[in-house]
Amino acid sequence: MNISINGKETIISENSDRTVDSLLEELDVSQRLYVTVELNGEILERPAYETTPVKEGDVIEFLYFMGGGR
Amino acid sequence: MIEIPKTIHDDMITHAQEGFPLEVCGILGGAGDTVSVNYRMTNTDASNEHFMMDPKEQFAVVKELRAKGLSMLAIYHSHPETPARPSEEDIKLALTPDVSYVIVSLADAAVPVIKSFKIGSGNVEVEPIEIII
Repeated sequence: MNISINGKETIISENSDRTVDSLLEELDVSQRLYVTVELNGEILERPAYETTPVKEGDVIEFLYFMGGGR
Repeated sequence: MIEIPKTIHDDMITHAQEGFPLEVCGILGGAGDTVSVNYRMTNTDASNEHFMMDPKEQFAVVKELRAKGLSMLAIYHSHPETPARPSEEDIKLALTPDVSYVIVSLADAAVPVIKSFKIGSGNVEVEPIEIII
């Protein structure tokens, strides 16, 4: 399966059970509570990470929350 | 070490002064250790104690940097009334790997201070800044 992850064309194994959340886990993305995902140009609501399947040709961008305090 | 052009260094101070008393934030991009572009970002918290970037703006900047063949080198924010050192919250939320965390302090309004830090796993190291003329 071919997808784009943060601008890089990536080949991943076929897995019909793969969700956005499980993909992040496969990628060893830590602190996933603080990760924002954009799927095919739209920001994904966090509760949808576990239910949104990853499909052929998906364009996925993710980045960490950027914030702080005094 | 991070190399920052004087124009960008000065713009971060101007940004902090213009945003005072609220915290301001932004992203520095470049290649290697050398910053070449800065992006003023929206502090969606609009607070003088916290900052939070808008994810839509973050994605847009990351994509623009990538299109230019550049990388995100640093995340900066201002401390309107406190020194240029990461707070506990700054350290906890320093989640983006492999970037510098730059703080602009206006604690002494007459003498703004900019410092850069590498933060990871709760550890903080001061990083020298070289200002490029």
